[in-house]
This record gives sequence, C-alpha cells and structure tokens, in this order.
Amino acid sequence: MRKLALSDEILLTVEKPARYIGNEVNMVKKDLSQIDIRFCMCFPDVYEIGMSHLGIQILYDMFNRREDTYCERVYSPWVDLDKIMREKNIPLFAIESQDPIKDFDFLGITLQYEMCYTNILQVLDLSQIPVYTKDRTEEHPIVIGGGPCSYNPEPIADFFDLFYLGEGETKYSELLDAYKENKKNGGSRSEFLEMAARIDGIYVPSFYEVSYKEDNTIESFTSINENAPLTIKKEIEMNVSDTYYPQKPLVPHIKATQDRVVLEIQRGCIRGCRFCQAGMIYRPVRERDVEVLKEYARNMLKSTGHEEISLSSLSSSDYSALKELTYFLIDEFRKDGVNISLPSLRIDAFSLDVMSKVQDVKKSSLTFAPEAGSQRLRDVINKGLTEEAILNGAMDAFNSGWNRVKLYFMLGLPTENEEDIEGIAILSDKIAREYYTIPKEQRNGKVSIVSSTSFFVPKPFTPFQWVKMATSEEFLEKQRFLNGKMREQLNQKSIKYNWHEAELTELEGVFARGDRKLSKVIYDAYNSGCMYDAWSEHFKYDNWVKVFEDNGIDPLFYTSRERDFEEILPWDFIDVGVTKDFLQREYKRAVEEKVTPNCRQACVNCGAKQFEGGVCFEG
Amino acid sequence: MKARLKFSKTGSMKFIGHLDIMRYFQKAFRRSEIAVEYSQGYSPHQLISFAAPLGVGLTSEAEYLDMQLSESLSSKKMIDIINETMVEGINVEGFRALSDDSKNAMSIVAAADYSVSVKEGYIVCDDFANQFKKFVMQDEITILKKSKKSEKEVDIKPFIYHTAYNRSSFDKMVDRNCDSITVEQKKDAVDSNSTSVEQDKPTSSGVIFMQLATGSVNNLKPELVMEAFCNSISIEYNPFAYQVHRIEIYADLGDESERKLVSLQDLGTEIE
Repeated sequence: MRKLALSDEILLTVEKPARYIGNEVNMVKKDLSQIDIRFCMCFPDVYEIGMSHLGIQILYDMFNRREDTYCERVYSPWVDLDKIMREKNIPLFAIESQDPIKDFDFLGITLQYEMCYTNILQVLDLSQIPVYTKDRTEEHPIVIGGGPCSYNPEPIADFFDLFYLGEGETKYSELLDAYKENKKNGGSRSEFLEMAARIDGIYVPSFYEVSYKEDNTIESFTSINENAPLTIKKEIEMNVSDTYYPQKPLVPHIKATQDRVVLEIQRGCIRGCRFCQAGMIYRPVRERDVEVLKEYARNMLKSTGHEEISLSSLSSSDYSALKELTYFLIDEFRKDGVNISLPSLRIDAFSLDVMSKVQDVKKSSLTFAPEAGSQRLRDVINKGLTEEAILNGAMDAFNSGWNRVKLYFMLGLPTENEEDIEGIAILSDKIAREYYTIPKEQRNGKVSIVSSTSFFVPKPFTPFQWVKMATSEEFLEKQRFLNGKMREQLNQKSIKYNWHEAELTELEGVFARGDRKLSKVIYDAYNSGCMYDAWSEHFKYDNWVKVFEDNGIDPLFYTSRERDFEEILPWDFIDVGVTKDFLQREYKRAVEEKVTPNCRQACVNCGAKQFEGGVCFEG
Repeated sequence: MKARLKFSKTGSMKFIGHLDIMRYFQKAFRRSEIAVEYSQGYSPHQLISFAAPLGVGLTSEAEYLDMQLSESLSSKKMIDIINETMVEGINVEGFRALSDDSKNAMSIVAAADYSVSVKEGYIVCDDFANQFKKFVMQDEITILKKSKKSEKEVDIKPFIYHTAYNRSSFDKMVDRNCDSITVEQKKDAVDSNSTSVEQDKPTSSGVIFMQLATGSVNNLKPELVMEAFCNSISIEYNPFAYQVHRIEIYADLGDESERKLVSLQDLGTEIE
C-alpha cells in the first residue's frame, strides 16, 4: 500500500483530503526502478479545477505511454494545507507516488489564466525549488511552462527554465529524449537548456535579453545564446484524428468542476471574433474524424463510468459532422442514462431538437453570447450574431417550452459608446417582449432573462492587441450606466443583471500584455501574501497596488495605453501562424465597422495556411 | 431482483466521505456494465442504497449496499467483475441475492462491530486495554448528550453489547463464522491468537473490539465510547489517536426480550 506524504492528522484536519491522496480511478502506477524520467504535471489551482482540465489529461496519458517516463500530478494545496505545510516544512509532493517534487526531473506547469501566477510561486516555494530560474542548480527539476498564457510568457519569464509554445503532442518526445541523452552523457543543466533551445517550439527565456527605451517600451529583444533562435514558431498537431487522446481519463473521488467525459471535437475556430485570443492562436481549424470520436466516446464512457459526456470546442456548431455525432451519442448512450452536454451551440432548429431530447426544458436555459449590445459594435468585434438571429432563436425556443435565457456581453470593447451599452439593456428587454407576444394560455409561466457582463481585456495575438483597455473607474461607470438602463426597461422585473469585479480585470489586463519587469512585481505580491487571486475571497487588491508602487511600475502603462503598430511588443518573438499584418488589417477593419468572412466563407490570408492543413485545405 | 454487496474500505480510501463513495460506486457499476436498474425521468439515477454511512477516517471490512438489478450472474462472477473496476482500498467481499420483500439495509441496521486501535506515534495512557476493561465494566456509563435545546445525561452502557481485547475471542463472542472472512483477516486473527493464547488477553499493540448499537433506534459511535473512556480516567480525548475499523454490521431478527443479531451478509443468499 502507498504511504501518504501527509499524516492522518493533517488529512483529517484539512478540507477535502481527497485533493491530496491520489488513487483516482485510472491513475497510472509505475515501478520507479524502471523509470528514467520523472515528470510532474502541475495545474496551479485547487484540485477540483485542475482535475477538470482536458489538456493535462492528454499530456498525462501521452507521457505515461513512454516506458521510460512516469508522469505524475500536483495541484495547488488549498489555503488550509498551505499553512500547515509551511509551519511543518513539508515539501510539496506529487499525488501518485507522494514523493517530493524537488526530486523530479521536470515540473511542468500549465498556464491557463493570468490570475494563477502567484500560485505558480506557491507551488515552487512549497516544493522547495528556488522560485527564480537563475537560483536553480543541477539538483533541481527543470521547470516548464505551457498553455494559453505562454503566448505571452514574459511577465513570468524569470520563473521558468523553458516554455513550450503550442500544442503538446508534437515536440515533448524530442525534448525528453534530449534530456535523457544529456543525462547519460553527464551533461549539465545549461547544456540541456541549449539542446532544448534548438528544438522547435521551445523558448528558453534566460537566453534572451530585453532592453527598454526611456518611455518603458521595448528597445530590443535579442538572443544572447547561439542556440536560441530569434523567432519561435508555435507547435501544432495537424493530424488531430490520429494523435494522443486519453482513452482512460482520470476519475476523481470528489466532484470536480468538470465531472464528465470530455470529447474534443475540433481545435481552432473559423469565426475570427476580433477580441478572442483562442480564435487566433489555435488557427487553423482542424476537425477530428467523426468515426474516431464515436469510438473515443464509447471507450471513455466505459473506462470512466461517467454519467455525462460533453463536446468540447470553441464553436461546436461549426463542426461539420455535428448532427451525425450528436444523434449517435443520443441513440447510443441515452438509454444508459448518459446525459449529453453541448456547450457553445448556436440556437437553431437542430440544437433545439437536441436539447429537448437531452434536457428538461423546464429546468434548462438558452444561452446566447452576443458579446456586444448593438449591431454596430458586433460588427466592430466581428461577432457574426445578428439581433434577428437571437430573437428568432429565442422565439423558437419559447414556442418549444423554454422560458429562461442567459445572455453574455462584454463592456469596454474598442469604440464602445453609450448607445452600444444601452443596447445591452434594450436587447435583453426585446427578448422578454418576444416572450410576451405568446398568448398567455400558451406561455410556460414568466420569462427569466439573465444578462451578464464581463470586462474586455485586450489579449496578445488579437487584432485588439494594440488598443487601450478601460480603467477600473471607466468600467464601473459603464456598469452603473447599464444598470440604470436595465431599470428603465419595460420588462425590467424579468431581467437580472450580473456583473464582474473591475479590480481583478485590471490585473488580468496588466499580465496579459505585460513584459519581463513584472516578474518582480509578482514575486513581491506573492511574498506579501497574494495567492489564489482568481478567487475573489482571497484576492488582495491592496497588496497588489502597493507592490506596483514599491517597484515604481504603473499598471496603466500596460492596460490604458494605445500602442502604435511600430512598437516592439513583448510577445513579438512568437510566430503563431497568424501574421501581424493580418492582425493590423483586422484592427483597421474593426475601426471601419467592417465584418470579415469566416474561414469557410472566404480565406482572408491570415497566415495559418502555412501549417498546410485543416480548414485552409478543405474541399 | 434485489442484491446486497459487501465491500471493504481501507488505506487511503478512508479519507473519501460517504457521498463520494456513493458516486464512486455509481460510476464503478457503469464501468463494470452490470445491470443496475435506473429511476425514471430526465436525470435517472441508479437504484442503490447504502446500509450505514462510515465516517471519514474510519476503515471497514464490511460495508453494505443494496441494489436493484434486472439480471445477475453468480455471486462469484459478480464479485470478480466489479472488482475489476475497483481502486486500491475498495474491494468487493460479497454479493448475495435478497428476497423481493426484504427490507433495505439502511432500515434494519441494529448493531455493528468495531476495532479501535491506538495509532502509531500516539500514546493514550499506560496499560490502555486494562484501563478500558475497568471502564467498560462499570454498571453505568453516563455521558452528556448535547442537543440544540438542552443537555442531558445518557447511560450508554446498554448500547455496548460486547467488548473484547483480541480478534479471535471477539469473533467467538459475537458468534462470527470465520469461514466468511478473507484470508488476510484470518491471518490477522491468527496473529492475535499467537500472542494471546486462548484467553481474552489484550494484544501488545492495544486494540479493543466492541459491538455497539447502531442505526436509527439507538446509535452509539465508537468515537463516543472512546471519549467517555478518556473522560473517565481524566485524560484529554484526542480524536486523531485512534484508528476505528468496522468489522461487521447486523440486523436484529429478535424481539423486545432478546436480541438476535444476524450480519447483513447472512440475510442474503449466494447466487450459484
């Protein structure tokens, strides 16, 4: 039987001990004497969040297919255990073997959102691994970052030995082989980093130097090691139907956020919404073969025993074989009590039919994401959804018995004016008015509209990467204005308005487009007690304000500043396929309120065609 | 048809709470593709129910759950099939058919056997077992029971049915048929025999065994007994010092004048 790293007394004292004991269904066990490489995969947030992430499950499966490698996992200890581990000086451990991470060869950290940055430091610190890469020696694990935030890794560059840019399926094997070879030859840590730097998609931040102009913008970004190329192209798996996919995903003992089988049907998105980073960096769209997906669904439902399967993609409605796949899942598994969940689905006759088959109409709600309140602003952001489509979809749904609608919008989009904001209230009200055109005796009670707004954060590799983000004060003013307009609507009693906190958004904006100077700010914030920033109950805004001041850094430099096209941006050294020229063209079209056709309507030469596959070569 | 499954819960799985164990079995039954029946409606759930929740931190060799099946293979095959889907620490020990009119396990639970051992690294008191023996031989053991409104004194002695200090004498005392226990448990029993010969002498490690009233009528938790014991010798009760392990759960087939305890397993019949 495995010996646990934590005593019974500690495990019985903390909330949810299952977070730390491993032993989940489908956990991989290996004989350590047969292992050359020990890799610990980390999601720097609490277990239930981290366990819900598909990417880690894919990599966990992929690494463990190698006989010489044992991939284990670690998540951020929750604040209760964090405190105990510090008091008792217990090193952070991997949940499979329960061995300290500091003894591993690699610690891989997935970067899913900016607000987990202090948790990265928590994991390093509790593991007793030096937080700064410059302080690490031969005895420490190689710390790797990957995931969406590594498309601008600069704010956390000082903490990572290397970043893997792009999809993990392609180059990890080469990286591990290089590590093994170097170890065999008695090579040093820096020799390995040089080998790594020569592998496509690998960025070793310590091999580059950044200099700044007097106005704090970047003067130059240079390679200081002959092995380190000036441009690093993202890695991409072009054959998504024949690559790694876990047929036996882990099943946690406590309810995770995503307590279901996740079937990734495609990567990328054809839509080209101008605010959306995922829609740009994952281009081109690559669909998985529907027969392969049917087999995966069957295998995974069988190996996990989950009661639900969810399709995952940025825009499921654009998957060519969606109908075939969905009806297959319903016909095949519905009789076994399997629930089928279809997020990111456009509301139309097909989706309403599917939803009525898999959900209780009375309990479920319709979701629309118009993102902006007016057609003008929807054109600016290239969101192809029209008011007519929303109202028709809602009406069809009302006629089929639905009476709950959720709407998602953003505040602070480029060029936004008061009319656009008021449009959110008007659209919410129009949907309610549609409902009440149904004769009273045919209605299913009252209508309920929930409108939510989040704040727009400009992201790297989008056409809006140059724009000024609104300040906290401006955001709050927009929110107040909208709340007032909501209250003026005829059906205001049927509309619930949800909003977000502005302070967290401000920080997200700083890190999204930040540079290397921010590593010190994050380090100081962590040492002042910041952790779990994404959790509002743990977010310490005042600490952040202070550490920015102490470091003489103005957060508004990163958020509320319009950049010009000539400026060297911190992430310019990365080639994501989509060209800067395309992003600039798109930005200009946005200002001109011109929509751009999606990838299936017309190719607009975004640059993703260089990957020689996917939607660019359909038909 | 109705069936009753017996399972053990040991090792790190003792940290998984009752609700999560329910979810665990629901998924395990789906993995094993056995023919559990479902309720009707949009979110159908499996027709299964557990006998008596086991607290977090406790281990057990006899947990029970009842299930409704549309068909079943032999007991032996069902045990093998389901065990294929188990994780380390949960093991199916028995699978028996119940008659259609049998009451569900939860409603008939009347008593349970436990062992309580002092965990490594903890010291309760000198001569733990003998001290406990003296404590349990008192005519009355009163504890203060707190409810929302009031506190009242309760005598728990009538709810302590048996106590013993090694496994073999305890098994004899509660009339356990040792054939039904697993090889590993037999080994434990042999080990305790070798150190204590025939008489009910405490083992060196200081383990006590007790049969306590359990269920909806009278419910006495072993932790409460240990707390009362500590109070009686004026030492502080440390809930982390003991490993409580459930050995069996019983129904009472007797009447008001006499108890007749039958293990939940024995209420079912082997499927050939």
